[in-house]
Amino acid sequence: MKILAIDTSNKPLSVAVMDNDQLLAQTTLTTHRKHAEFLMPVIEDLVKKADLTPTDLDRVVVADGPGSYTGIRMAVTAAKTIANTLGIELVTVSSLLNLALNVQRADVLINPIFDGRNQNMFTGLYRWNHGTIETVIEDQHISLGKWLPAISDYEQPILIIGDTASFEDDMRNVLHSRLLTANPLMGIPSAALLGQYGLAKSPVEDVDAVVPRYLRLTKAEADWKKLHPNEDTHNYVEKV
Amino acid sequence: MNLVARDLVLSFETSCDETSVAVIENGNKILSNIVATQIKSHQRFGGVVPEVASRHHIEQITGCIEDALRDADVTYDDLTSVAVTYGPGLVGALLIGVTAAKAVAWAHNLPLVPVNHLAGHIYAARLVEPIEFPAMALVVSGGHTELVYMPEEDKFEIIGETRDDAAGEAYDKIGRVLGINYPAGKPVDELAHQGKDTFKFPRAMDSDDNFDFSFSGLKSAFINTVHHADQIHEELSREDLAASFQQAVVDVLADKTQRALKEFPVKQLILAGGVAANKGLRERLTKEIASFKDTKLELVPLSLCGDNAAMIGAAGEMLYRHGARADATLNADPGLEFEWLADEAK
Repeated sequence: MKILAIDTSNKPLSVAVMDNDQLLAQTTLTTHRKHAEFLMPVIEDLVKKADLTPTDLDRVVVADGPGSYTGIRMAVTAAKTIANTLGIELVTVSSLLNLALNVQRADVLINPIFDGRNQNMFTGLYRWNHGTIETVIEDQHISLGKWLPAISDYEQPILIIGDTASFEDDMRNVLHSRLLTANPLMGIPSAALLGQYGLAKSPVEDVDAVVPRYLRLTKAEADWKKLHPNEDTHNYVEKV
Repeated sequence: MNLVARDLVLSFETSCDETSVAVIENGNKILSNIVATQIKSHQRFGGVVPEVASRHHIEQITGCIEDALRDADVTYDDLTSVAVTYGPGLVGALLIGVTAAKAVAWAHNLPLVPVNHLAGHIYAARLVEPIEFPAMALVVSGGHTELVYMPEEDKFEIIGETRDDAAGEAYDKIGRVLGINYPAGKPVDELAHQGKDTFKFPRAMDSDDNFDFSFSGLKSAFINTVHHADQIHEELSREDLAASFQQAVVDVLADKTQRALKEFPVKQLILAGGVAANKGLRERLTKEIASFKDTKLELVPLSLCGDNAAMIGAAGEMLYRHGARADATLNADPGLEFEWLADEAK
């Protein structure tokens, strides 16, 4: 099975082309945020370098969020359009889980973090169990103040990766020696690991219905919901 | 058997609050034109919220592609090119169409044609009748108000534009004062037809020696009039308010257009853009054009005045013939503009 894997959830861009779990080609860039300009050229280039054409692809695996709204939309738009237009499979994977895949050790709880600004984070808690990665706490958008009590009672050490800089000191004050940090390079997503993980997952049933995992309403919608708690928020878009 | 090969464009438009995909044959025949509008969603907020717009576009985009191909009864193998709006518009919204169009073009090895949204509005006219050059277009919408001179089919030169609010934007703002939700153009137009121009609002820049427009002064005069009446508990006629506002907008648009036609004689005047659906404006231009014997007025049909991908396909086919191409690096250009006529003369 030929797989195209894409992660542009945050500043890094990572794309890989795989043949089952064998990596054929991968590009990872951290120098810019211009995913709109770089994503399709990188995909084009890698498929060519892997000696394939678009129609050889069987599956697209995409990190669908959380992350920067524009970033996850670039990856998901490209992934769902490629899957739809070529009539191939699409697998969606949490961008936080994809980052956790960088830590292949069973003796810690893995805590990937994306900065949500103002001491908020997009985060979740993961662990390896007999070679399979498991969710311990679901991905969410949460303040550091609320996240800390949620993770402070585990006995295992907690290893943080990703945008850890603005949270590390406060976390250490609570977790002390149970807080572990990693080589910063582990905070950069790898599309190859994403593709490998996505190989074993079931594809989505309805490609058209796939949207990014924002984990957060827009401010306009959140304010509106407060005023209209019982309104059905579906069917706002009509084909005319 | 079809002996002449068909030119088929698959076109994308996502610059604001409509997700649209169309298939256009030979640049002038609509085989399909799918439009998913988000108006109901943004009405919750009284106007378009960019992040919400982007989120809706990504929900709709692939479904619209499928519908467009199915309704047109064509496959990817039949297509000649892919055309997409890359500006002007909301950057996050534009990026969904641009990314999807690039993905389709790459996957099926099709040429990609970048289209200016306003060229699309103008070329909607072509879906009714061939455009004859030189031509002039008055493009009036929620985001744009400009006079565009076209000496040839692929040359667009701005000769005048709004210095502040777009005409459609002014409609939405005064609509709010009248208790009318976005988009206010149609209800204000209807109200205006039941009233009279009794308030005589200012016609900004009407006597200036240029082809530019300004609507913010008119908008302020309108709002001040209503607020002043509120303070002294006077009830004003909503119909007359709407009629007075609309008359001022139409006067300025029509006067400047007439003057432009005198300086730039053209074979065709095209009225395009969302506000081109305004009955008052259509009636007025129809009347005024009578004194220009060599100029024909082309009113874009109501169904094609709003944002749609059919118009992007109509412009895309023309641009394709003139060699316009984009590669996979194509980005959205939210501030994209035609060149000014004066700039080129320098």
